[in-house]
Amino acid sequence: MIMAKAKTIDTFLGPLSRSNPITTQVLGICSALAVTVKMDTALVMTGALVFVLVGSNTIVAALRNLIPSRVRIIVMLTIIATLVIVIDELLKAFVYDISKQLSIFVGLIITNCIVLGRAEAFALKNSVTASALDGFGNALGYGLILVLVAAAREFLGSGTLLGLQIIPDFLYVENGGWYVNNGLMILAPGAFIILGLLIWLQRTINGYKEE
Amino acid sequence: MKGIRAFLDGIEPHFNSGGKWERYAPLYEMVDTIFYVPGTATAIAPHIRDAVDIKRSMFTVLIALLPALFFGIYNVGYQADPEAGFLQHMLSGGRAVVPMILVSYTVGGLWEVLFAVIRRHEINEGFLVTGLLFPMILPPDMPLWMVAAGISFGIVIGKEVTGGTGFNIFNPALVARAFVFFAYPAEMTGDPVWSLAGEMTAATPLAVAASVQNGDAGLLVSQAGYSFGEMFLGLVPGSVGGTSKLAVILGAVILVGSRIANWRIIAGGLIGLFGAALLANMLAPASGNTMLSLSPLSHLLAGGFAFGLVFMATDPVSAAQTDRGRWIYGVLIGVLCVMIRVLNQAFAEGIMLAILLGNAFAPMIDYFVLRRHIARRRMAYEKQ
Repeated sequence: MIMAKAKTIDTFLGPLSRSNPITTQVLGICSALAVTVKMDTALVMTGALVFVLVGSNTIVAALRNLIPSRVRIIVMLTIIATLVIVIDELLKAFVYDISKQLSIFVGLIITNCIVLGRAEAFALKNSVTASALDGFGNALGYGLILVLVAAAREFLGSGTLLGLQIIPDFLYVENGGWYVNNGLMILAPGAFIILGLLIWLQRTINGYKEE
Repeated sequence: MKGIRAFLDGIEPHFNSGGKWERYAPLYEMVDTIFYVPGTATAIAPHIRDAVDIKRSMFTVLIALLPALFFGIYNVGYQADPEAGFLQHMLSGGRAVVPMILVSYTVGGLWEVLFAVIRRHEINEGFLVTGLLFPMILPPDMPLWMVAAGISFGIVIGKEVTGGTGFNIFNPALVARAFVFFAYPAEMTGDPVWSLAGEMTAATPLAVAASVQNGDAGLLVSQAGYSFGEMFLGLVPGSVGGTSKLAVILGAVILVGSRIANWRIIAGGLIGLFGAALLANMLAPASGNTMLSLSPLSHLLAGGFAFGLVFMATDPVSAAQTDRGRWIYGVLIGVLCVMIRVLNQAFAEGIMLAILLGNAFAPMIDYFVLRRHIARRRMAYEKQ
């Protein structure tokens, strides 16, 4: 019983660090690069992924004995696509501005390798509770990296966090100071660099070795 | 000299394994080998008897850089106020350039020592060259904190992430420059940055050539007051060390003469530049792009092409390693430089991106050169 419990917690905590989908498995990079210029978009994207991943893992796990294995990919994609369309419409209805900034990247959650990867690798073989936890953990692990990258990029590139001015105005060149925002962080290569440094840091701490 | 040896021998036990400063052994090693040739011998063949190690060859590069450095300091002062005397030029130039070099060496050196201590390897003297090259390819009024940010990026991302000296894919000084170029474009592009004179804007010859649509680029450059003679001597606005072609030639003689830089890369680069520029000149009448009409000689004399080709494209780590590969690599850099200058008006100077692209292609060039060589030898063998 204790063993089972430890395993359940592990399904949830593992993806946050040791088997993080982005830094360890290097999945879902595309959106991690695209939506991390500002923190608010990264947070909303994390919320959307939590919804889709928990939903798809739960439904796939519930149906796992009914899905014929030959057509499982198309069935899973149908489930995922449905959830993505639902969240896309919800975002358009309630946070229209951010939804516009995220543009196609919410729709592209369908092709996010993490979602299909977890459904195929975990939900098809495990109980509903475990799958839901696994989906939640993986989505949060993805979100954690997303928010860290976005925080670094927004701080260095715009001097703000969540839209709040962090670096005081008088330091800027325009106001007689000396500081200039780092333009590279707004560009896509900035995300690559920050993400690379995070992967380096995390793998050093965990002692992870590429096989 | 005996005193230094005695002092070094006296403190050595502390740095050996078990000593109290064991962790800082790289620092001891660095100081010791600057003064003396190390006593270690290679255990396995091949044995080459030669006093030159990496440290000596890097010092040779530093010596080759000195003419360009001193002329650069003079020119920075000259551009700020052409009327002042020689001493005044050197003083005001030195006030701008020396702090940049100090910051570059100090900040870069800290990273270098940090990685050497953590990774327990020796401090690599390649840094001496990187730390001097970087300020020499910057505009003279670069804010010092940006120099620090740039060299940090160059050392950590350009070199240490891939394993340190000898393992870098790109030239670290150019990685550092590319970082500040894209991170702080206002300080790296445009006319005011290339001279200390402040409001009196000084467009570089290449910026002049790129400034107007429908015109003769060579004529524009000479109308702006930049003659071939001045551009050859280097009395024009530009990056600290890159303006003087005369100083670059002096450096090239030292580097090629001491076999540190490979002449094939330099020759290939010149061929690529002239070929691409001649081709552009032929296309010029059919297009409104002024840069197309810039003559090959202007391409060579204006801007930092010569400096980059001699001191950075020839970097033995990031360049191609086979002789035929070196020719291809050089030509590629020459052609790319002209293409970037001519076809993209946002980049008046193209040599930085050209060399970085050349670095990226170097391993592939070597791969195909070797494969072709192997295939030819096999055919010759099978014919027998």
